[in-house]
Amino acid sequence: MRFLPALLAFMATAWFWSFLPAISAGETRSWAWAWLPDQGVELALRIDGLSLLFALLITGIGTLIFLYTAAYFRNDDRLPRLLTLLMLFGISMLGLVLADDAISLFVFWEGTTVTSFLLVGFDHNRRYARASALQALIITGLGGLALLAGLIILGQFAGTYRLSEMVLMGDAIRASEIYIAATIFVLLGCFTKSAQFPFHFWLPGAMAAPTPVSAYLHSATMVKAGVYLLMRMSPALGGTEIWMWSLTICGAITMIVGSVWAMKQDDLKLMLAHTTLMGLGALVMLLGSGTKEAAKAAVLFLLVHALYKAALFLSVGILDKQAGSRMVDDLGGLRGAMPLSFAIAALAALSMAGFPPFIGFIGKEVIYESALHSAASPLLVTGSALAANIMMVACAGLVAIKPYFGERRAQKNPGDPVFGLWFGPAVLAALGLWFGLFPAALGHDLLEPALGAVTGKAAEVKLYLWHGVNLPFLLSLLTFAAGIGLFLVIGAVRRALQAARVPGAEDGYDLGLAGIDRLSAWVTRSLQGGRMTVYLKLSFAVFAGVIWMAILMSNTELSRPDFRVPLFQFGVVVLILVSTVVVTFTPSRLIAICALGGVGSGIAMLFVMYGAIDVAMTQLLVEILVVVFFAIALLQLPRTPISLGFRPFDMALSVALGLGVIVTLWAVLGTELNLYLTEYFEKYSAPKALGRNIVNVILVDFRALDTLGEVSVVLIAAIAAVAVMRAGREARK
Amino acid sequence: MKSLILSVASRALMPTLLIVSFYVLWRGHNEPGGGFIGGLVAVLGLVIMSKAEGVRAARDFLRIEPLSLAAIGLGCSVVSGVWGYIVYGTVLKGVWPFITVAADGSKSGLPVGSIFLFDLGVYLVVIGGVLGMLFAMEEVVAPEPDEDETRDGGAG
Repeated sequence: MRFLPALLAFMATAWFWSFLPAISAGETRSWAWAWLPDQGVELALRIDGLSLLFALLITGIGTLIFLYTAAYFRNDDRLPRLLTLLMLFGISMLGLVLADDAISLFVFWEGTTVTSFLLVGFDHNRRYARASALQALIITGLGGLALLAGLIILGQFAGTYRLSEMVLMGDAIRASEIYIAATIFVLLGCFTKSAQFPFHFWLPGAMAAPTPVSAYLHSATMVKAGVYLLMRMSPALGGTEIWMWSLTICGAITMIVGSVWAMKQDDLKLMLAHTTLMGLGALVMLLGSGTKEAAKAAVLFLLVHALYKAALFLSVGILDKQAGSRMVDDLGGLRGAMPLSFAIAALAALSMAGFPPFIGFIGKEVIYESALHSAASPLLVTGSALAANIMMVACAGLVAIKPYFGERRAQKNPGDPVFGLWFGPAVLAALGLWFGLFPAALGHDLLEPALGAVTGKAAEVKLYLWHGVNLPFLLSLLTFAAGIGLFLVIGAVRRALQAARVPGAEDGYDLGLAGIDRLSAWVTRSLQGGRMTVYLKLSFAVFAGVIWMAILMSNTELSRPDFRVPLFQFGVVVLILVSTVVVTFTPSRLIAICALGGVGSGIAMLFVMYGAIDVAMTQLLVEILVVVFFAIALLQLPRTPISLGFRPFDMALSVALGLGVIVTLWAVLGTELNLYLTEYFEKYSAPKALGRNIVNVILVDFRALDTLGEVSVVLIAAIAAVAVMRAGREARK
Repeated sequence: MKSLILSVASRALMPTLLIVSFYVLWRGHNEPGGGFIGGLVAVLGLVIMSKAEGVRAARDFLRIEPLSLAAIGLGCSVVSGVWGYIVYGTVLKGVWPFITVAADGSKSGLPVGSIFLFDLGVYLVVIGGVLGMLFAMEEVVAPEPDEDETRDGGAG
């Protein structure tokens, strides 16, 4: 049973794989179902080169991760919940990359946000996990809203929500006045999702999730959603100065910040999270360059990064499981006890550091090649790529050498793990080597169609392991030399970095959150006094204010009132008035309640006189029940009489409200009554709804939806009230 | 605080009110009445019982937790809506399975259908919701010692 998700994911991988020949021949496949036809929204799916690359990553890595998860949590009864959430996430992510309709894309996008929230907060009894989950949700959720705005602006301008049609209109979109707004909104969505500076800080926090989750969501797939959308939208939005500079600068900063922060981490998982920031920054920076070379480097590095990063995350999970810790300083010399884990970590780390003959090497070469020809600023792009890559070499050493060499240190007796735990990372690490040795087919079959989708025109991807001695190769050599040098002095570097205290964007987030907390606390304190009288006064004051505003803003003309009413009605009015006076002046609660009942009964009688029998019955019954409720409550209230001091504010409020209502009703009487609805209901009630009681027919047939809403409110209110009262009873016990 | 007079009267009043409430519900479509009013009448019946015999007795008579009753009611209304959707493709459209339409357009038969189910739902929600609050309030204000508590008290 616990291997079912892996099996399903594997079947999905095979299914997507079957599209490979057609897609690499330049074809696309699409499906569409009507969803909101009035709004032009459909559930449209489309497979092109880019979607297929992502779909294969999601399902392929998903297969291995699901297998790993089943082994990692094999003695944990939370496994079904975890697998369910992971599957839901996988489906959302697949939908995201396959969606051709902007609104469907947004729905799936938010699906990944929500499942990510649940997965980060998986250990929900840990405070840190909850805070991290909330942080990830707030940041990516806000970005999601911005994205929705951007997509709607684009859709309204283009007249279609099909992404495949939007990207063909690139020139028109770039020339239009909505371009800036749409780009900013879309970029906000992508940058928050892909953890770009200054929104990068939620990603390390998301490491509160279980390790397989971090490997899947927060390195290999979900955080790439922003990159995916940038790639998808670059034919429509890319190529301008604002696009180029915002991507290049944010990407470069993210890359450097991620690399530097990675080196100082004690927790290997957090270190990998920061190197993921480096990877995402590199991707965004490359997409900003705007050249075909850079896009090619981005597509290749996307795959490279997913392979080595997922493998490394999983191997850190193995260390955590088998050696009892994932702290850099707790581990050492495990090579002998865990040869297989060491081999996996070493393979993946070599790809990460970019050593030949791994695919990471080719990736790095292509990045340097494109950086040197960047349209933005070759110096900036190449320089930051070089710096980040040097630090990556050092981090690769920390992940793959530190725990396995040197003096033997472990928290428990280590050994190689079961099949389910080593199989996934082994496959991923081996693929890194395989693709490095045989890059040609990869380039042609998988990356070429993807690149075509990113650049908007057919493209060729030729990958070689050996490029000859050229500038990128020299830069690679420099990277190795400097990286190894950095690794040798890593202890000192780490101490220096850990000593430094640099304020980051996270402090801004914390400050903002604390500010919102304080604001809402203040608002709550001012509005929610906790006393019934305060709430009532507040509601009545607002009501009176609104009424008087309406009266003063409209030029109401009051007609001369008509006092020719039957004497009996005067009698009822007198009853109501007397009851009201009694309510106001009696010191006894019991008498006040009875008098209130008198007011209600009087009003019910007026309803009867004007033929509204149903309303009158309801009023009367409610009146009786209110007295019953009050009578019960009375047992709890103090027996002391109500204090009847003079309260000028309350009096002013009552007078204002009362006068306002009187004036409004008076004004309404002067206007001509529109009988359209009355006549409609009179005409159709019996023939269409088979009922002669119009009030009831309106309630249960014509306006049944309203009634359904009302009874739902009744039920919810009752549940809440019962819960509050039970809680009070428990507290008193 | 049990009163013999109220107790005896409630034995006659409670069933009468319940029958009346159902009658009010039934006739509501054509005469004054309906689910809301009927529900309130039924609540009054049970209020009298709870005053006369205690909340526990009224709860036992209901057999079902009032809030569950309300939930069932909401379920009835929702089912009625879905019924209309299944038959006509429009949510909450009235379905009259026992009504036949003659050639001249006049309708005859038993006027029972999805609309009555909807009204029954309202009736149950009102009964369940109001009684739920009322009973809970009464139990807070004047808790009746239940068996567990007395046993606890005895031990302590």
